[in-house]
Amino acid sequence: MTVALAVEQVTKRFGGLVSISDLSIEVSPQEIVSVIGPNGAGKTTLFNIITGVYRPDSGRILVEGNDVTGLAPSTIATKGVARTFQNVRLFHNLTVIDNVMAAMYGRTHAGLVASALGLPRARREEARVREDAKELLSFFGSRLMGYRWEQPAYSLSYANRRRLEIARAMATGATILLLDEPAAGMNPKETHEITEVVARLRGERGHTIVIIEHDMHVVEGVSDRVVALDHGVKIAEGNYAAVATDPHVVESYLGRGTAGTK
Amino acid sequence: MAEESLAIGTDEWVAAHEGRTSGQVQGPVARTFGRLPWWVWGSIAVLVAVVLPLIGSTYLMRVGVNLGLFLMLALGLNLVVGYAGLLDIGYVAFYGLGAYGFAMLASDKFGVHLPTVVAVPVVVAAVSIFGLVLGLAARRLLGDYLAIVTLFFGQMFVEFALSGDAITVPGRAEQVDLTGGTNGITDVDRFSFLGVEFSSDRWYYYLLVVLVVLLALAVRRLDGSRIGRAWKAVGQDPLAAEAMTMPVNRLKIMAFVVGAGIAGLAGTVFAAVQRGVFPSSFDLPLLILLYAAVILGGSGSLKGALIGAALLSLLPEALREPSYSEMVFVLLLVAGLALAVRSWRDRIIVVVATVVFGFVMNLLFTLLHVQGVPASAWTSGPVSTLLGHWLFVPQDRVLWGNLGFVGLVVLLAVLTLVGTRVRPILLPAIVWLSIFVWFVRLADVPSITRQLLIGALLIVLMIVRPQGLFGRRQVEVL
Repeated sequence: MTVALAVEQVTKRFGGLVSISDLSIEVSPQEIVSVIGPNGAGKTTLFNIITGVYRPDSGRILVEGNDVTGLAPSTIATKGVARTFQNVRLFHNLTVIDNVMAAMYGRTHAGLVASALGLPRARREEARVREDAKELLSFFGSRLMGYRWEQPAYSLSYANRRRLEIARAMATGATILLLDEPAAGMNPKETHEITEVVARLRGERGHTIVIIEHDMHVVEGVSDRVVALDHGVKIAEGNYAAVATDPHVVESYLGRGTAGTK
Repeated sequence: MAEESLAIGTDEWVAAHEGRTSGQVQGPVARTFGRLPWWVWGSIAVLVAVVLPLIGSTYLMRVGVNLGLFLMLALGLNLVVGYAGLLDIGYVAFYGLGAYGFAMLASDKFGVHLPTVVAVPVVVAAVSIFGLVLGLAARRLLGDYLAIVTLFFGQMFVEFALSGDAITVPGRAEQVDLTGGTNGITDVDRFSFLGVEFSSDRWYYYLLVVLVVLLALAVRRLDGSRIGRAWKAVGQDPLAAEAMTMPVNRLKIMAFVVGAGIAGLAGTVFAAVQRGVFPSSFDLPLLILLYAAVILGGSGSLKGALIGAALLSLLPEALREPSYSEMVFVLLLVAGLALAVRSWRDRIIVVVATVVFGFVMNLLFTLLHVQGVPASAWTSGPVSTLLGHWLFVPQDRVLWGNLGFVGLVVLLAVLTLVGTRVRPILLPAIVWLSIFVWFVRLADVPSITRQLLIGALLIVLMIVRPQGLFGRRQVEVL
């Protein structure tokens, strides 16, 4: 098995607007692929299609060789694709640890009756999940540790909310993580830290990662490969240096006429 | 890692701030309760509930039965609305279905007298299936849209109960009577288990104590479980929950079914204890009171649902007693004044001005030759005597009371329009008018006064604590 995630000739239209056009992307296991492109290029739409929020008009999504096109988002997440959101969408009134434990729903089994009666089976599972969640939060060093476990998510700083969202995505048990602008709104120091976190996600946890990012330092720092989109079409693909200097990419960001001068 | 504690943009300040204000976040009520563990409070409540019948009258037993039913309903609604975030306006219909279901299976209506151990599970299962059907129909609807559909369902039930006494069935000459229409179904069987008949309210009271305790324990378990967490997640952000492996539609339907089942069970007890069911019992007033209880307690909180329901169930009973309602009135007046005027100097000025204003009005009434009643004629005690010289009580209390009431409402409306400088001038008149209206008119009509007082109490509480007594502060992020 050489392909973790495959997007095969996917097209998505909204009314007359073609948001994604005949797009194919393959991601190998433990690869970090960045998706770049100007606003409206279709990056977040791509994530929404992969995770099942939108159904593509044509084309297929394969996760580890299995066709997941048209499945419910929760099913796709259980099959190994989890995401973060561009505008952080935590469960703000739940505690930090409850946010992480909630995302373990798909890999736990206690039913309604077992939960309501507090059967030993359900309580054992609950204890195990809690330990898993603590272990998972320790991935972020002291950032999300100790007293913060029992704090509501809304009390976290912006950067910590983004970290918690990554922790929550990891908690689903997914091997493939889709990170939608993880460094957006962060200061340079935090941005650097996120770059390290993304590298460690692969190095220590063996995750396959697709990342949407506007900060080119982050893109340069983490990517094995960069895919550039514009108007839903793949305009360049390759390593960072090649894509960043590609005339089509420069043109899409800066406009026609500037490409030749670079 | 050493530099982490000094890092820019981390939430040290937020954390420290939370620490400082944690008392406010938790709320004074929650803090008081937090001093003892939950099971101590629970045991005290259960102990009181168990001992009460030994000293209580039959009236008290009836109050207790109503409280028990209300607690069950609030616990069920809290799961649907507070946890899963589903604005179910038709919730009371499930209660009605449970009651009518039991009445149909255990009364002379159709000559069917199923034993309780059979009838109750059958009815609860049937009501749950209704919940499933409504859940399936409404599973893709959110917020307002769900509210509209469930409101329709709730009203449909009431209509069906009202006009279900004359259903035309194709192929049959005479109309079929299913629900008894406005007359409802009467002579419903009492509960009986193993040959023991639940002959008095006391039996049902103890049954409800057991049911409420079991239900509260189950909800407590659910709260810290996989399912409960998922419900809360779905209630807060369905899209994120779905992306995080939670099947949102299934969880919503599950909440609907469980809520319906609980309401159905409460309905069967209601039918048996009343020995009759009528459409009016399951209409909007009960629904509004239930929602008020859940919101007052703090949506999504078990303690909140229990205490909110207890308050809203017992308060109307307590306010039947004139001296209690007078106490609540005085409390509300003082609290309202304290909220409206912030400095002690102004408060004293307002009180003095009110006293003066009262004597001026007294004089005015005398000059206008309005027929009055001496204070001793309608109340007694030293406070009333004192009050009698200050407060003029006209002969025609209905007329003057109504006039005063209209004046009070107008003044209150004006109060919200004028600036802070004019407000202190209006306040004495408002305070005097409130007292005037209370003694001249409202104290005579306790049934209306009760509603007004509860409404005013809710308004004050919701202004002071918008998230409810035990609710978590709702925070809009970004």
